[in-house]
Amino acid sequence: MGVDIQVEQLNAWFGKTQALHDITIKMSANHATAIIGPSGCGKSTFVRCINRMHETVPEARVSGRIRIGDLNVYNGTSATQVRRRIGMVFQKPNPFPTMSIYDNVAAGLKLNGFRDRRRLDEIVEQSLSRAALWDEVKDALQKQSGASLSGGQQQRLCIARALAVEPQVLLMDEPCSALDPISTSKIEELIFQLKERYTIVIVTHNMQQASRVAEYTGFFLLGSLIEFDRTEKIFTNPSDKRTEDYITGRFG
Amino acid sequence: MSDRATMQMGQADLRVSLWRRAVDQFATFIAGGTVVLVLLPLGAVFGYLVYKGIGSLNWAFLTQTPQPVGEAGGGMANAIAGSALILGIASLIGVPLGIGAGIYLAEYGRNRFGDLIRFTADVLNGVPSIVIGIVAYSIVVLTQKHFSALAGGVALAIMMIPTITRATEEMLLLVPISVREAAYGLGVPRWRTTLSITLRTATSGVITGVMLAFARVAGETAPLLFTAFGNTYWNWNVNQPTAALPLQIFTYAISPFDEWHRQAWAGALILIVLIVVSVCAVRIAAGRGMLKGTS
Amino acid sequence: MRTRFQQGLDELRQKLLRMGGLAEQAVDRACQAYVERDLTRCHMVLENESLINAAEREIDELAFDLLALQQPMAVDLRFILAVTKINSDLERVGDQAVNIAERVMDMVELPPAELPIDIPRMAAAVSAMVRRALESFIEAKAELAQAVLEMDNVVDRMRDEAFIVLVRKMNDTPAVTRQALDALLIARNLERVADHATNIAEDVIFWVRGRDVRHNVESPIAQQTTRDTH
Repeated sequence: MGVDIQVEQLNAWFGKTQALHDITIKMSANHATAIIGPSGCGKSTFVRCINRMHETVPEARVSGRIRIGDLNVYNGTSATQVRRRIGMVFQKPNPFPTMSIYDNVAAGLKLNGFRDRRRLDEIVEQSLSRAALWDEVKDALQKQSGASLSGGQQQRLCIARALAVEPQVLLMDEPCSALDPISTSKIEELIFQLKERYTIVIVTHNMQQASRVAEYTGFFLLGSLIEFDRTEKIFTNPSDKRTEDYITGRFG
Repeated sequence: MSDRATMQMGQADLRVSLWRRAVDQFATFIAGGTVVLVLLPLGAVFGYLVYKGIGSLNWAFLTQTPQPVGEAGGGMANAIAGSALILGIASLIGVPLGIGAGIYLAEYGRNRFGDLIRFTADVLNGVPSIVIGIVAYSIVVLTQKHFSALAGGVALAIMMIPTITRATEEMLLLVPISVREAAYGLGVPRWRTTLSITLRTATSGVITGVMLAFARVAGETAPLLFTAFGNTYWNWNVNQPTAALPLQIFTYAISPFDEWHRQAWAGALILIVLIVVSVCAVRIAAGRGMLKGTS
Repeated sequence: MRTRFQQGLDELRQKLLRMGGLAEQAVDRACQAYVERDLTRCHMVLENESLINAAEREIDELAFDLLALQQPMAVDLRFILAVTKINSDLERVGDQAVNIAERVMDMVELPPAELPIDIPRMAAAVSAMVRRALESFIEAKAELAQAVLEMDNVVDRMRDEAFIVLVRKMNDTPAVTRQALDALLIARNLERVADHATNIAEDVIFWVRGRDVRHNVESPIAQQTTRDTH
């Protein structure tokens, strides 16, 4: 069900500052790819270019090509169309505060015109199950607001919300950095299961998480992709000295 | 350290902490005192109103139109209804425009043009109400060639808009960008995000802004002087001169008749009460629509 | 960055080198004892065995702590793993030195015999291997380690020769069978030490190899450097 993501010669600017330089990378279907690198290296910018969230910043510019399966992200598709094929989970859990749990999960569908009530019920249950949250909230779907859950639950709610629109790709921008270790490991388990249906890109500054969760890892530095390879290779015997210096903690 | 030195240090510590506590209590007292001082005039006004007006407040007052000059009895029913009509028109015009402008400023107005609008709104806020009345007069009354509730509504709407706009803008800006991004990430177009997500999150604050504007214009007299003009009879026609509570109170208060003076007091009291009641009602209605454990 | 970690790695290196020195010394001493038929030296070897064992424990503990607490990656991880393996090989070298000393002690009891075997030459070769392996560790040079791997064949041949020669001697002169047997065992022990030196060299290549590949230096005996220990 997942698809490949092919990025070619991607450059990105914030006004005059160039944030990404000539990024070319292919992320495989039904695998998790981790993007690591020190602060300010462009990893969040990169991921936000994939679903065109980068454009929401004024004076943001992009050049290059990105393809998701057979969909050309920049040429010929509107940003909203692209984003409906891609789910995104952010660093700080951000459920819609005025909506119930049910409405939160259904938001992506309802706000895009979906009306079939019975089907909505099914989708909400399925998404919450896939996000490993169903059992914990099934009795309070309409009664509790999204914001009243714990941090880890909120993040899983956001994952359910992203899954409800049946995306092909799931982008996760440091999804566990605001969470405690137990919630983190629950979500990492979740990523393992999600890989079967979706292609996952996960930005993380936690290298141990990258090594636990992703088959492939890309190392970014100052806006360039320094090295991209299987995770075992990157973490046991990287080819580039800069990569090695970063992961052994010599800098960054 | 010797025992003596320890004791001396202990005594010094004690003095310092006593002094600190005294200062703290004094400051609390002053703060509390200023609150009382601020609430005093409010309480005094309200109390005096009740004292002066409660006697004349009766069922007849609330249901009858004014009696001819000199005769006893009669009421301000038409003024109450007229105020409702005029305020209704003002809200119909002012609230959508105000919220719309607020949305524009918050979402699309982070530029020179937006600054210009903001500046204009602030200036408009400071314009004396009588001047606004004159403006409405020249726009509506002169065109229609007669006074009307519509003109009154327009005048009051002009006064409501800046307050509503600024409040809406502030409240929308308070909505964290993460909430908006969550919606964008789901593929929701910007306009829909603004209306269904951002505005919805800011609803409570926006309502407060609207209520503030409403409460302010509900008691305005000057703009109604030559727009709604007043009427001693019932009027539901938007295009005819209409009575309004503040107008009526003004007319009665400057009259030489004791009977009318008494009714003016009652009118003032009922005006305050109605404003408070309507604000509370809206709050409750809005609250029930949102509930479900939102903090 | 990561000063504590760096200090830990340096300490690990120092300890391992010290242990290497002890092991090397033990072998040399045992072989000297053979040449000079010196019991005192044999006893020294036996006594210093405990030092070597203690060093092994210390090094394992330190390596374990660094793994648990510092989450080493890539080259650091390979280094620590290599150290633990070299550690165990050095301890076995110490054991072999003790075995040699025990054989020597047995031989000293017996009348000296004319044996057609050049233990000192073999001992020198083996010592050189151990020393070079440790050097390759200090210098982190895979070429030095490779040289050690090549010398292993030489020592293997020496052991095979010793077997043939000494068996013939035992057949010819049954009176010196016991001495011949002791000498044969000593030769085998020396060959074992050589094997351990080879292991150490392989571990060094494993540790260093990543860096070599990065700088485009091909290791010609890549096929031989397997992770198995024999």
